[in-house]
Amino acid sequence: MSSKNNINIELHHITRVEGHGNIVVNANEGKIEKIQWQVPEAPRFFEAMVVGRDYNDVATITSRICGICSIGHTFASLKATEAAMGIEISPTTRVLRELLIHGETLQSHILHVCYLVVPDLLKVNSVFPLVESHKDVVLLVTKLHRLANELCDCVGGRTTHPIRARIGRFSMLPTKKELEGFKKRLTEAVDDLKKLAEVVQSLAGAIPDFTRETEYLSLTNDSEYAFYDGLCTTTDIDKTIPVDEYKRVVNEFVVPQSTAKYGKFNRDSFMVGALARYNNNYRQLTPLAASVAEMLGLTGINYNPFSNNIAQVVESVFAVERAIDHINWLLDSDLKLENPEIKPKAGKGVGAVEVPRGVLFHGYEYDDKGTCVKANCVIPTNLNHNNIQLDFEKMVPELLNQGKKEKEIQFQLEMLVRAYDPCISCSTHYLDVVFKK
Amino acid sequence: MSAKPKVAFFDFACCEGCQLQIANLEEDVVALANLVDVVEFREVLTGKAPEYDIAFVEGSITRKADEERLKDIRSRSKQLVAYGQCAVTGGINRLKNQWHSMDAVKKEVYGDNYNMPHLDTYPTRGIDKVVKVDLYIPGCPIDRDEFLRIVKELLLGKKPGLANYPVCVECKLKENICLFDYGIVCLGPLARAGCGAKCPSNGVACEACRGTVDNPNTNAMHEILEKYNYTVEEIKKKINIFGVNPEVSK
Repeated sequence: MSSKNNINIELHHITRVEGHGNIVVNANEGKIEKIQWQVPEAPRFFEAMVVGRDYNDVATITSRICGICSIGHTFASLKATEAAMGIEISPTTRVLRELLIHGETLQSHILHVCYLVVPDLLKVNSVFPLVESHKDVVLLVTKLHRLANELCDCVGGRTTHPIRARIGRFSMLPTKKELEGFKKRLTEAVDDLKKLAEVVQSLAGAIPDFTRETEYLSLTNDSEYAFYDGLCTTTDIDKTIPVDEYKRVVNEFVVPQSTAKYGKFNRDSFMVGALARYNNNYRQLTPLAASVAEMLGLTGINYNPFSNNIAQVVESVFAVERAIDHINWLLDSDLKLENPEIKPKAGKGVGAVEVPRGVLFHGYEYDDKGTCVKANCVIPTNLNHNNIQLDFEKMVPELLNQGKKEKEIQFQLEMLVRAYDPCISCSTHYLDVVFKK
Repeated sequence: MSAKPKVAFFDFACCEGCQLQIANLEEDVVALANLVDVVEFREVLTGKAPEYDIAFVEGSITRKADEERLKDIRSRSKQLVAYGQCAVTGGINRLKNQWHSMDAVKKEVYGDNYNMPHLDTYPTRGIDKVVKVDLYIPGCPIDRDEFLRIVKELLLGKKPGLANYPVCVECKLKENICLFDYGIVCLGPLARAGCGAKCPSNGVACEACRGTVDNPNTNAMHEILEKYNYTVEEIKKKINIFGVNPEVSK
């Protein structure tokens, strides 16, 4: 039987990703007939849901786009509303937001790399068998994950769908005593992260050797490795682009195989997320994060999409280092609850934030009463769909040429999708593998 | 010794923030995994099973195709639990239903492409509009401690209940100053407790993300509104964020 060259993959609802996506690959006697990344997730229509709502309710609603990066969605939303109404925030509010962004990044990256990707590298079906076989590592991971969540619970009032982050202010502040406690735990976490990086280093041999150069899109700013704020940049442009011109960067379009919109800029596709941020901003990493990058073999611009998971480990270290800096700033400050007067105003505004999965844009328009009349949310996972498709198209023929069997091809395609850390329900919506016979 | 109960997790249209609350139980998840056999949980585990003792379902139903998948899960489950407000009532996704037509909703988001067949959608509903539900765990997101309590009670063969008193009760126990005194309209008098009055305790109005108590005391609500010089319109504006029927504010 020459089944080696007959490939029929139809994987519906790929596992260990957030949301629903399908992979369909069809090859007949070595000739590829179809390779498709499909996103069947039920669309939820958030941009319609916020129309007619009061400006105070908009972030509450759009936070629910994504449970994993609800802090990032909240900030993109608050920033867009603040930009539309000309509202400035105080340095304390800004630092508290940055602290929360780093907490969320740590939480999400640890969850993704350790619970969802590492099982692939160890060839098991989930993190559960690792409780027995790698108990010390699992406990180390839950400790880091707990720390990140408790930090966000403390600063944001709730780690998922934060309560305290409001337009122009925080409704309540952490106490200095609480912050001292987190400073101590974060300082200890640096050693835990080094241990975790060693574990990842020991498994790095299982990361597929695949490269495809693409355009890498992220925020950037002169003062630091950008998360909370910045301008748009890519590896293909010399001049940064202001975030309120985001539409000419993301160029979203609708495709028949996906309920999530796709995007592209200077090439047929681009990539966002940890690797894109790293490729644009790696010179601005903190010293320890830079040393972990070097230890894990990330030395300058990298074209292997699987390296996204390595970049996530590096950014976890960065998040902890910066969270400690921000706590130090808060401990040296007055830390007083502010109650700025906020008045609604008609206008348009855009907010952009780097969330764990890449750059996120919210754009709103309000009338003079502060009622939302138009909204647009561009979700990082959407921006990666097209890049995943083009990676598939390069990878499948390479694997066929290497004589790989259907099962191995399917596994590597699934691994690739997971490497992107897709958040399909927020992109509206995506992942499943279908190998067709 | 009897075999461990087979447990599975599923999701429909939602943010998956409620399953994240399960991951956020941290070490307790490891302990829980010793008591049950997690046979299907797409987000964290590769694998499928033919039937389940308990199926936990998250998310709302927004199209015909998802009804079939849900009915199939129901047919293979001894008990089915709706967890999270999306599964319970449709939750925040019901905001879409306030538009005059689904075509208008689709045009707002997808523009000229609105009519592509895969973008089909109908008014959002809770899962009990499609299948029988044995137990509800409300909230946006669910409360981790409440989830743990309910699972423990289920495993012990009890029938878990929900708080049937308003958020104000928990808020008073925490000795919070009433938000109405700060000039903030709060849904605490109508909303179902069980969250520990999380939002008011953080200085933000309750939005009834867990729905209302079974028989909300609307007279008391009116008295409060009158005392603080508000009208019922203020309540109506807020009450529908999480899919509560605005009739309760009459």
